[in-house]
Amino acid sequence: MSIEISRRNLLKATGGLGAASLLGLSSEEMANAASAKPVRFANWSLYLDYDNKSKSYPTLVDFTKKTGIPVKYMEVVDDNDTFTAKVTPQLKLKKDIGYDIVVLTEWMAARWIGGKYVTKFDDAKIPNKKNVLPYLLNRPLDPGRHYSLPWAGIIAGFAWNKQRTPKGIQSMEQLFSKANKGKIEVLSEMRDTIGLIMMWQGVDIAKPFSQDKFMNAIDYLQKMIHDGFIRQVKGQSYQEDLISGDATAVIGWSGDINQLNLQNNNQFGFAIPESGGTFSTDNMMIPALSPNKAAAEAVINYYYDPMVAARVANYINYICPVGGAQQAMEKVNPKQVNNKLIFPDAAMWKNLHVFRDLSQAEQISFATAFQKASGNA
Amino acid sequence: MSTALLHTGTHEKKAVLKKKKLIPYWLLAPGIIWLIIFFLVPIYQLISTSTQTQGFGIGTYVQTYRFSNFADAISSSRAQLFRSFEYAFLATVFALIISYPLAYAVAFKSGRWKNTLLVLIVAPFFCSFLLRTVAWEQILGEQGLVIKTLRFLHIFSAQDHLTATPFAVVAGLTYNFLPFMTLPLYASLERIDIRMMEASGDLYANAITTFRRVTVPLSMPGVVAGTLLTFIPAAGDYINAELLGNPGTKMIGNVIEARYLAIVDYPGAAALSLILMVTILILVMAYVKRAGTEELV
Repeated sequence: MSIEISRRNLLKATGGLGAASLLGLSSEEMANAASAKPVRFANWSLYLDYDNKSKSYPTLVDFTKKTGIPVKYMEVVDDNDTFTAKVTPQLKLKKDIGYDIVVLTEWMAARWIGGKYVTKFDDAKIPNKKNVLPYLLNRPLDPGRHYSLPWAGIIAGFAWNKQRTPKGIQSMEQLFSKANKGKIEVLSEMRDTIGLIMMWQGVDIAKPFSQDKFMNAIDYLQKMIHDGFIRQVKGQSYQEDLISGDATAVIGWSGDINQLNLQNNNQFGFAIPESGGTFSTDNMMIPALSPNKAAAEAVINYYYDPMVAARVANYINYICPVGGAQQAMEKVNPKQVNNKLIFPDAAMWKNLHVFRDLSQAEQISFATAFQKASGNA
Repeated sequence: MSTALLHTGTHEKKAVLKKKKLIPYWLLAPGIIWLIIFFLVPIYQLISTSTQTQGFGIGTYVQTYRFSNFADAISSSRAQLFRSFEYAFLATVFALIISYPLAYAVAFKSGRWKNTLLVLIVAPFFCSFLLRTVAWEQILGEQGLVIKTLRFLHIFSAQDHLTATPFAVVAGLTYNFLPFMTLPLYASLERIDIRMMEASGDLYANAITTFRRVTVPLSMPGVVAGTLLTFIPAAGDYINAELLGNPGTKMIGNVIEARYLAIVDYPGAAALSLILMVTILILVMAYVKRAGTEELV
């Protein structure tokens, strides 16, 4: 699970995108801002608008121009568990972990907030917080959003190769069809894979459910693995398998498929299951003992400007958490204004569900069961 | 007076002797310090973690000397433990079968190409282990030549695949650890005095008998070293199983990784790591005792 090697990471490792992409700035801007300490921003790959020509992140370049604050942008988060495991020793010792902003998925963000690994925002420094969609402002992980703010919303659903499955996939039965046998991949993100199965089994994953209900879904997953339907349980690298044809149908993430289609002639379809899709957010947080908190807050504030948010959303294709961004999108890219995977409508929101919070004991026993089903325990 | 002189003389001699005796220890010091910091301390940490239990908060553990962690670890991951040794054994056997003729050819038949061939054997090391394994994903994958050929020859149907199979995992292990087998074999074979083989011929042994009774016994140190160097890392490997395998081919390394990172069960992971270490140690000791190590390396 930790060795997710996406095609792009591979390119980067071999010099494709180049080291310049690690910095959102040109040398000139670096010189201008040399006196200030850079904000060290840790994020997932392909999660910020990137300009191939100038090898820089346009919105970040504009930010530094406007404020004089340099930003060192690093695509170092490839997995919630691995990233957290790497910085946990420093977090526990209450030391600077080397990042001023980290972006983690909701359930992991909740663990960081619970462990007091993050610092409270100074709301006066983030006036744009008012632009955050109301629905995303009050989440169980952080009511009132004092420690975390959503970077993007993620939907997990079905994705397929249109050539192999021209009719598309709307239900679990269609996903596990004979035609796709042995070429199906599901996400190693437990809440997404098990969440989709549970909803298909008629369980409301947002409300309290018993361990039995969870285990029913595990049994189903195990059966599909055992019967040879599922090829692998993996993270974002399912994208490479979709492109190569090693996988023809997957449980995957909306934005990934959007981006894949842009580069591969719309070869792939994506749908939220009829029985419901899972929804989650990736969240920006400032680690406790970040020596550059005020500047980090300035960066966070900047990304809640609707115009900036629209530029980011246009590139990353995930749900935009900022109100007013849809109007701003008219100016950025009119084609995207009605993209429901960026700006879901009411009907779509109704079909998206958030996996409920798990207690510590549940987290451990569920994660163990999921890993066991995936062959890892 | 003369006795007094003699006395001081022996004192000085003793001091010099003492100094001389200490020299080996000083020479050993960097190695010993290195071992203490990078081997003893982590091993102590590992042993200590292996008997802890879950405390308050995920990733927090308290020492309770719970030795049943070991029994739990074995009972829950027996399949992967056995599979690791099975795959490692298969990979070692295949590597030996491939390496022996290769090393033999390089040692005796390559002539002026010897150095070039040796460089070619080592060449894969210039590329990262991870990248090489990813490359195999593509070689054996749907767009690769192997599968296209097999389908063309109607050996494989459209549904059959090579990646995500035990075959791919064992093939990956064999490939990745092949140089570890070839190089010691080569070193051993290359040292054999060619006159021994000639003498064998003079004593009316045919080529096969010479190979069986002279070459193979003299190359045994290389075989032992090569099999150890292949088997040990292969048993603990998890990258091949992760990238080339499926949920049914996971090895013990994958279990340890998942326990550390996904389940956040450090004690379970530590217990499994120790079990793996001790099992390998026992297997290796038994093997070396049987095979003999006098001329190892």
